[in-house]
Amino acid sequence: MSPTRLPTWGGRAAITGIGQTEFSRQAGRSELQLASEAIRSALADAGLRAADVDGLVSYTVDPVEETELVRTAGFERVNFSARIPYGGGGSMGTISTAALAIASGAADVVVAYRAIRARSGATRFGGAKLSPAPTSGHGGTTAFQWCMPFGVMTPASWMAFNAVRYMHTYGVTSEDFGRAIVQFREYAAVNPAAWGYEKPITLADHQESRWIVEPCIRLFDCCQETDGSVAVILTSAERARDLPHHPVLVEAGGVASLFEAEIATDHYLPDLAEMAASTVLAESLFGDFGISRDDIDVGLIYDAFTPIFLMQLEGLGFCGKGEAKDFIAEGNLALDGRLPCNTNGGLIGEGYIHGLNLVTEATRQLRGDAINQVPGAEHALVSASRTGIVLGRA
Amino acid sequence: MMRGVTAETIRPAPLLTEDNHAFWEAAAAGRLVAQRCADCARFRHPPRPMCPHCHSLAVDLVDLAGTGTIYSFSILHHPTTPFFDYPVLGLLVDLDEGIRLVSNLVGVDPASITDLSLIGRRVTVEFAPTANDMAVPVFRLADGGAR
Repeated sequence: MSPTRLPTWGGRAAITGIGQTEFSRQAGRSELQLASEAIRSALADAGLRAADVDGLVSYTVDPVEETELVRTAGFERVNFSARIPYGGGGSMGTISTAALAIASGAADVVVAYRAIRARSGATRFGGAKLSPAPTSGHGGTTAFQWCMPFGVMTPASWMAFNAVRYMHTYGVTSEDFGRAIVQFREYAAVNPAAWGYEKPITLADHQESRWIVEPCIRLFDCCQETDGSVAVILTSAERARDLPHHPVLVEAGGVASLFEAEIATDHYLPDLAEMAASTVLAESLFGDFGISRDDIDVGLIYDAFTPIFLMQLEGLGFCGKGEAKDFIAEGNLALDGRLPCNTNGGLIGEGYIHGLNLVTEATRQLRGDAINQVPGAEHALVSASRTGIVLGRA
Repeated sequence: MMRGVTAETIRPAPLLTEDNHAFWEAAAAGRLVAQRCADCARFRHPPRPMCPHCHSLAVDLVDLAGTGTIYSFSILHHPTTPFFDYPVLGLLVDLDEGIRLVSNLVGVDPASITDLSLIGRRVTVEFAPTANDMAVPVFRLADGGAR
């Protein structure tokens, strides 16, 4: 059990600007340029100037060096910078850390960014890892050392063990996974920024797509290796009130990195049929901050591969263990369902900017200008399994 | 490309670090071992330099029985590499000493697997060669593969 905490920072920082590049398979320019373009868009969206920025947060695995970014974007003085571990699982830590910096007074305007060439880069993000990448964060750790000599070299193969145990424990099938994807692709089909724009699929299409890892991950269960960048501008709730967009408050945030947890793999936790970190994360988000699951109008839930989407729904407590398949089959991910999810198409339907494009969609939902808008959305959950945030319309 | 790899299908060598080399050196000699705390006697895997339970630095490298139960598995189709025959049968095995290993299942035709009933089956260890004259522990069904 986690000790009693009384976080005091919830609601004190706000997302006030979002920006992104196009999402493609061949950006044809550096990550530094991609990040610069996304930040330029986000600052314009926020109604702020480069000189206003005094904080930077990204992922440990991001290739854009702060010094190069500062020199390119023209930031005058950075008072706070941080990088968050755990790969995409840590993605929401960028937003909560930015909010913490603002709430504490360490920074006034913080940029959270991720720039990635997951498709056209030196190694494809989902490809086989034969040597530890210098910036992977997996360098000498378990995911690489203990999997590679067995041919378990890709993110899909790392997560497959958990997925198969989950299927075995709860009688979940590939069709159950497919029903979620049909919904995400329906959302993506009307999102011009999405890889899946104008490309909806049927359950039969999903079932006919080839195996990447049998019996749990088909081609259509995989997120899109994407080139692009996303940037998010945060400032204090007070300052945000004077800026162009309706403020989107960071109401809650948390990290749950558990004993024996790994990056992307998690092979040594006791029960791999559950997403234990998500359960602990939800205890914090829905226990410490005065927000309940019933308050959540829309979910953006990290879907690198379909099985982890279902496992998070259960771990976060939106349905019981083994019940995500029924929750989905009942239509609850749709706009009129109990928890509309991944309304931009998710990482599978829109693109994979390592989770940060779930934050831009949550922001659009709470501003009320999403393409697949949940009517009157006031609170959004963004979960990356072990890190998560709740955003709210001020 | 890994050094020492030729056109024939051979696994890449394990990555050796200061904290893991004893495990892989034992495997190269055909021994399956694990760290056991010399003070509180609890096993741990993957290896690490301190007991996470009692913070003892004293550790024994213990030979294991090499028997266990399949906890999970996977049939890896894509992407392929020159280092394995595909599909690869990935294995997560719970050893009788109470630790879990990522490995491979050998002696089973992947095409014969049509359900999840491998989970719970008993397995025994053997060793497969890698590049650089190393070896890794892999597993075979204890009953010889009868299904």
